[in-house]
Amino acid sequence: MMILSGDPPRSRVLTLVLVVIILALAATPFLFPGAKALNVAAKICVFAALVASYDLLLGYTGSVSFAHTMFYGIGSYAIAIALYGMGPNWAAVATGIVVGLPLAALLALAIGLFSLRVAAIFFAMITLAVASAFQVLASQLSWLTGGEDGRSFQLPELLRPGTVLISKDLFGFEINGRILTFYLVFAISALMILALLRVVNSPFGRVLQAIRENRFRAEALGFRTVFHLSYANCLAALVAAGAGILNALWLRYAGPDTSLSFSIMLDILLMVVIGGMGTIYGAIIGATIFILAQNYLQSLMGVASKAASEAGLPLLPGLLHPDRWLLWLGLLFIASVYFFPTGVVGRLRNGGGGKSAGASH
Amino acid sequence: MTDLAATDPLPKPKRDIAPILLPIALALVTIPLIGSPSTWLTLTAASLAMGMMIFIMASGLTLVFGLMDVLNFGHGAFIAVGAYIATLVFAPFAASVQADSLWVNLAALAPAALLSMAVSGALGLVVERVLILPVYGQHLKQILMTTGGLIVAEQTLYALWGPQIIPMPLPTSLRGSFIFGDVAIAKYRVLATLIGLAVFIAIQLVLNRTKLGLLIRAGVENREMVEALGYRIRRLFLGVFMTGSALAGLGGVMWALYREQVHASMSDELTVLIFVVVIIGGLGSIGGCFIGAILVAMVANYGGFLVPKLALVSNILLMVAILMWRPRGLYAVTSR
Repeated sequence: MMILSGDPPRSRVLTLVLVVIILALAATPFLFPGAKALNVAAKICVFAALVASYDLLLGYTGSVSFAHTMFYGIGSYAIAIALYGMGPNWAAVATGIVVGLPLAALLALAIGLFSLRVAAIFFAMITLAVASAFQVLASQLSWLTGGEDGRSFQLPELLRPGTVLISKDLFGFEINGRILTFYLVFAISALMILALLRVVNSPFGRVLQAIRENRFRAEALGFRTVFHLSYANCLAALVAAGAGILNALWLRYAGPDTSLSFSIMLDILLMVVIGGMGTIYGAIIGATIFILAQNYLQSLMGVASKAASEAGLPLLPGLLHPDRWLLWLGLLFIASVYFFPTGVVGRLRNGGGGKSAGASH
Repeated sequence: MTDLAATDPLPKPKRDIAPILLPIALALVTIPLIGSPSTWLTLTAASLAMGMMIFIMASGLTLVFGLMDVLNFGHGAFIAVGAYIATLVFAPFAASVQADSLWVNLAALAPAALLSMAVSGALGLVVERVLILPVYGQHLKQILMTTGGLIVAEQTLYALWGPQIIPMPLPTSLRGSFIFGDVAIAKYRVLATLIGLAVFIAIQLVLNRTKLGLLIRAGVENREMVEALGYRIRRLFLGVFMTGSALAGLGGVMWALYREQVHASMSDELTVLIFVVVIIGGLGSIGGCFIGAILVAMVANYGGFLVPKLALVSNILLMVAILMWRPRGLYAVTSR
């Protein structure tokens, strides 16, 4: 279990669910034809990595940050602006990565050092304020970011859908640039999640958990808590920016709605809480449940809303309208914080007879 | 230490006036920068009005945190709810809103404001019981729960009223401006400033001159001690929470009239502003909240006039500057 850093799922059901999800994601191009299924699968990969990086903050250090989409957005915009400005070549991809990742880490360091220096409770509020300022900034600097329209760009030749790598008559499936991009997204997301698993199971990760449980005591044991928290903040920002890069590469677009908006922040919060805080695996489960619901439940709600309005019921059509699905997720969110704060993973671990999820609190 | 006889008055606590001088200094410094005195007066009046409205919305949040260490991320929801409720009252009173008489207009405004406060206050009761009570003393869960509450409240507003922006015209007699020479001051801003001052004075009187206020201030400083003396601080807290929610509702009505429109997203936009104010002022301090609100409004107005591009990040810069000077806000009242 080297690859899982000695932290296996610790529950038979959970292992099964994870294996099914990962196999289904890996086989999506062959199992589920059509662009929508592939889009959903890519989005699940990207968000699993993004949510896992948020879990490093929320679940392992216990600090609530509202600036996570900012780092995600920095990654997205860095690659988008580079490819838009320099044209579709690999040098532009490299430039985007080389500029985006350090920028995210530096900003995270600045926010961390500043807000962790003052009272820790300010962290959530300060990140919210900084993130909202950044969002306004990104939509105002339209010469650079394209404003509200965002930036669409072309991918390098190899990753374009038109590029046929292995023609259909060899395996019965056509492997084109689009599918290659999907596997790129899949592989890098998986690598980032495994890296995070490594981080949280290292001595450094143990210190983070100690800080979460009792910051004062951790400090008394001789750990420099501000250093550890800032470092965790930077790591989370790096992975978030990485996820942002993947997202932009997949969408061939970066804009405020897909990478910066506050609703994405709420989505991340929902995913991490539903999946299970402080487990990393919860990120995969949460992202899968949430994005499947987002893409398929909404059409179900549309049907229900139509049925309700045809039946002449008051109020229900409005409440069941597909745009209102966040209302039901919000209720689910409150219920899950209240009734099962350890999320799906915590439930499965406790119910599955394995070792108890010691991280719950 | 010198001995004090029992009859001697208690020594006066030292007054910390540096924060009070800050907005005054800021106002004076900008006079030469802006150049024209009439523009400066107009901007200052605008800052005061905006600051008062923000103060009304933020005062509840800061007290709730100071008293019970509860960080309510859903505070913005009360603002939006207040504004939406006011539109309900404005619809049947449309005639009196349009009438060209100050008193008839105010007769329509008053019930709207009162009903908004009542509904927001009642909602505060529900939120406190359902969302905050179960996760008492756990910051992480409080933030998550109240954020969830904010999502639900916002989406419910969209479901009930629809996603469109609802116009909320100012009553006729409050339109236009008072003109003194070449200085124009919008009438509504004068009213907003007066209401804000009244709320500030009322809060200060209650906090400083009544037994209730004594208990609240004592609770902010040391909750356990007040409980040990036999007072039910939970009930006190519920009262403060409801009052804070009601004030947020009032602020919502005033803000909606100021912008002449209502939309559920106003809660997001204002939440950020309120957080900045509360952090600047020092969590739990009403005086700090008042000064913080005026400072934020001044920076927004003067900054918007002098360097429009800077207005986007001016709040953050102000916050950074203040926290560099005093890491726990202008007035640090809690020991936390």
